[in-house]
Amino acid sequence: MRKQYLPKDSLPALYEALRKRGYKIIAPHVHDGAIVFSEQHSPDTLPWGWQEETEPGRYQLQHTERDNKSENPARAFAWNNGPQGIKPWLFKPKQEMWRAEETENGLRFRQPDYAAEPIAFIGARACDLAALNLQDKHFIQGHYPDPFYSAQRQQLLLVAVNCQRSASTCFCTSTGDGPEALFGYDLLLDELDEGFLIEAKSEVGDEILVELALELPLELPLDACEQSLLEQAEQQLQQAAQQQRKMPSDSELRLLQNKLDDQRWHEIAEKCLACGNCTLVCPTCFCSKQESNSEKLGEVSLASVQTFHPEQSDNNDVASQVRVWDSCFSEQHSHIAGKNIRPEISQRYRQWLLHKLLMWQEQFGRSGCVGCGRCISWCPVGIDLVEEANLLLRSELDQAVEQATGERP
Amino acid sequence: MSVVLHTDHMVHLPKVASFVPVPARLIKKDQESDGLYTLHLEICSQQPEHIQQFARFQFGQFNMLSIMGIGEIPISIMGWQDGLLMHTIRSVGRVSEALNNLQPGSQIGLRGPFGQGWPLTDFTGRDLIFITAGLGCAPVVAAINYAVAHKQQYRRIVILQGVKHHQDLLWQSKYDEWRDKGDCQVLLAASEENKRKYHWRLGLVTELLELAEFDPSHCSVMMCGPEIMMLAALKQLNKQQVDESEVYLSLERNFQCGLGSCGHCQLGPYFVCKDGPVFHYPQIKPWFGHTGF
Repeated sequence: MRKQYLPKDSLPALYEALRKRGYKIIAPHVHDGAIVFSEQHSPDTLPWGWQEETEPGRYQLQHTERDNKSENPARAFAWNNGPQGIKPWLFKPKQEMWRAEETENGLRFRQPDYAAEPIAFIGARACDLAALNLQDKHFIQGHYPDPFYSAQRQQLLLVAVNCQRSASTCFCTSTGDGPEALFGYDLLLDELDEGFLIEAKSEVGDEILVELALELPLELPLDACEQSLLEQAEQQLQQAAQQQRKMPSDSELRLLQNKLDDQRWHEIAEKCLACGNCTLVCPTCFCSKQESNSEKLGEVSLASVQTFHPEQSDNNDVASQVRVWDSCFSEQHSHIAGKNIRPEISQRYRQWLLHKLLMWQEQFGRSGCVGCGRCISWCPVGIDLVEEANLLLRSELDQAVEQATGERP
Repeated sequence: MSVVLHTDHMVHLPKVASFVPVPARLIKKDQESDGLYTLHLEICSQQPEHIQQFARFQFGQFNMLSIMGIGEIPISIMGWQDGLLMHTIRSVGRVSEALNNLQPGSQIGLRGPFGQGWPLTDFTGRDLIFITAGLGCAPVVAAINYAVAHKQQYRRIVILQGVKHHQDLLWQSKYDEWRDKGDCQVLLAASEENKRKYHWRLGLVTELLELAEFDPSHCSVMMCGPEIMMLAALKQLNKQQVDESEVYLSLERNFQCGLGSCGHCQLGPYFVCKDGPVFHYPQIKPWFGHTGF
């Protein structure tokens, strides 16, 4: 579809075009030492010049001030990812599911007055789009489509960005999900020194481009843009080839089925704090629990605070049910009357890894890992999912090589 | 043509009964034993399709019962009688205790029915073997009631139940009725009993299998109870040359949503609330019995 040049100083026009269509703009910015997403009103707050440095258990931002000697001015999307992804805007950390009120005829249940907002999400990466696709499978394409997720999903416009470098924890090339965004977006940005190449993939994206009425600047004809982009694509491929981590392929991961009783689970458990950070930053994890709130909802309990609007409150409300993110690392996660199915951390780590890399394949047709590397950088003790998967499969993979080549690796 | 979005064009949610409870009123409570009770519930919805929705369940399915402000729990469906829904519940936690304290006339919330039940219609013309142990195997009791009432569709019906002490057996009168009037073979075992009672054997429910009269090549087995018992029963069935593809079992896991969405109840690639709780054994064999799954 249409591909045009968007100079940096036309970014406000893009924001304006989105706003005019009723979209609330969610964009990346630097907050508390990390790149996070929230409502933003101007492209000035984009993380201009910021890059992250990551390694297992470490995430740090660095500002690369525009260096006069440098040919490369500060860019807005030189970073790769922060802790969030798109997940919190669709599968919300807290969601009121229903509310009960007392009427003359007894209890009455109703869904909350939930209205999905039109959101334009700026800065989605290829791995995030792949993760979104997986969450769509879970929340929309199943037997019971989630009404809250589905409503918000219909109201989401995605402005994706192609990655130009890889963080040290990225491994999207091995999962096949990056670094180039190929599907699932409305608009796509390729960042150049003084502007962006912008491409529309959807009808609405195309309409926005028409509205922007972009003209080719004389000093940078499209040919030059294309040339510059080609060079960048090459750089990108080089970067991608340099990704150090490599997740085994889905068919290799299927061999994890033979590793249910591996000693390695106990070794991981020596380190794992069962804090659940990996599941919270993972863009595909979908576990939740339900909390029941009583009291006359005039004094609303903590869990429903986010969705509670006193002016809409009915004094007859007697209870509400709130869905909250949960993690399979929590002790309560597998509790059933009188016992806990997974009392040991080794069992909980095994559940997480096997679900993500093996069981997901049967549930959703592919592994649940999109190679974003968040679980590696945000693990407080630096446990590396890719390393663990490879370690667990080492003997199986060696055997496969031996069978294929007749040589012992 | 695409629609220009403004805040007044927001997409509002459809009403989905599976996510939002339907009110139900407690009409009567039977105290089955200390801490075990049966609720008889009337669906109070103004919408007739809600009543049909709860009346049309498969044996082995469950509903989510919520008591305002306390919580929501999954309970298997015991039956539907005289326009009332029956749930037999053991008081073990906060919610089940609160349900036990409900007075007739009180209202609760109901979502469901959820999950897969026993495929009883597939068993036509076969011997049925029911193996249960422990307290309150309501999903199997409902299926037995149905099978006995439709005895002409099946051949022999064998009912095996194990408990610790003979006093632990619930619905004693039902077992007598199935034995005496239902023309079923009913075998009972108490594992920690010192003195033997009439009709009772000392030991485990699995040992009863050796006494059961059935055709191993034309039978369907339904099991419910502690997993360790079901594993032992599978071994014994194998010894008696019952193919494992004839075995169905009902599992228990942490169900929070009932919809296969919250992730709590996973067993291997399955969401037990949606793909179970009744499973065809070969389906779950690779995972069943492994500690931690």
